[in-house]
Amino acid sequence: MRESVESVREADAIAIERTLAGDRDAYRILVERHSATIFRLAYRLSGNHHDAEEIVQEAFLRAYQKLEQFASQANFATWVYRIAANYSIDRMRQRKKEDARRQAPSAEMSDDVDQDPLRQIPDAGPTPERLTQSLELRREMENALQSLTPAERTAFVMRHCDGCGIEEIAAALRSNSSAAKNTVFRAVQKLRHALEPQFAPRAQARAMGTES
Amino acid sequence: MKHLSEEQLIAYQDGERSGRKEFAAHLAECGECRAELDRIAGMLAAFQALPVPEPGEEYGRRVWQQIAPRLEEKRSHWWDFFLEPRRLTAGALIAALVLVAFLAGRVTKHPGIEKGTTGTAAASDAQVRERVLMLAVGEHLGRSEMVLMEIANAGPESGRLKQVNISSQRRRAEDLLDENRLYRQTALQEGDTGLANVLDELERVLLDVAHSPQTVTPAQFKSIRQRIDNDGLLFKVRVLTKEIQQRENVRKLGPAQRGSVKVERNNET
Repeated sequence: MRESVESVREADAIAIERTLAGDRDAYRILVERHSATIFRLAYRLSGNHHDAEEIVQEAFLRAYQKLEQFASQANFATWVYRIAANYSIDRMRQRKKEDARRQAPSAEMSDDVDQDPLRQIPDAGPTPERLTQSLELRREMENALQSLTPAERTAFVMRHCDGCGIEEIAAALRSNSSAAKNTVFRAVQKLRHALEPQFAPRAQARAMGTES
Repeated sequence: MKHLSEEQLIAYQDGERSGRKEFAAHLAECGECRAELDRIAGMLAAFQALPVPEPGEEYGRRVWQQIAPRLEEKRSHWWDFFLEPRRLTAGALIAALVLVAFLAGRVTKHPGIEKGTTGTAAASDAQVRERVLMLAVGEHLGRSEMVLMEIANAGPESGRLKQVNISSQRRRAEDLLDENRLYRQTALQEGDTGLANVLDELERVLLDVAHSPQTVTPAQFKSIRQRIDNDGLLFKVRVLTKEIQQRENVRKLGPAQRGSVKVERNNET
């Protein structure tokens, strides 16, 4: 039996009330219920398992520390998701600065290849050629995503992978709706240009053929 | 023919409303723009399809284990226990109940009141008393339902878990027990045996949960769950809560509207 959205919200509200009253164990309900969702966001933003886990833990720690500020009529799932997005942006920016200081050019390529789920199940693909091709494309997509600024990456993932509304994205970016919309647009544009050769050839040929 | 700009195509793909009709009209005629739009849609679909590893059923538990030692206790004073909103409400309702009972007793025993009006006053007091009780019971049942629901919905479906943590439900069941006893006794005194019976069944399950260890074995958990299922307790509690809400709704309506509500309720059943 699946819990309805309403009953999850009510149960969350009770857990928050109890946590605030000093029952630390009540917070466990919230952590257990929402960790997987936050992990998916964190993985998409960080691109690797280890960082994603760190983001999840930090998001729940921060949510616990700020729990007094949480408005009981709000949705805890959305709130902790936003905290995770916020923290990811700060973390990515911090990383970028550190990388720039160390002047280590793009170490991202080597990241996470061993943890690639497709590598762990080599028989899953139809042919090795196709698997290599798909792995290659995936790596290019992941690299393109990593080449975005932290805000663009977060806005893109929230909008086009998790289907968040512009207002929600604006809140995570700590900006306004119009700026958030522009950030999403810029992200799509950059990704598109970065991946042009992968997605374009057939479409280009078709377009060239139809245009005089 | 002037093609749509990249910005317009991305906005269109993103569901932007402004200029949508014109863009759609252009797309219907222009193959090149349609192809461009397909490419944008294809890329977004590819990103959506990028696999994310599933963290697994136990992931939430693992996260808890990792962060729990780093969580500081929220400062809580002994009086916070009594100042929790739901306790305040319950306390206020219990106090109201006692006060109403006391006043009702005084009024009905007053020697100066004429015989004719004594009956009306007593009837009205009884109504007020019943209403206060119903409001308190309604709130209590709502909270009990949450605990039962959490138990009914949680737990090891796969049977792979060695222990099930019910510490939160257990603590809340403890809190609910005292109130439950009070309401059951009051319901009995008021002659509402239907309500008293459901509260009695609820009390036994609350006792079970409150006296269980913080973590139980899947077998113990199953037995608590079975008790809820066998008695159809969750269903009874829901029906009763709804009935109380309806009673309150009918009371709020004027006499002219009460008849139509009754008809609707009859039609529903």
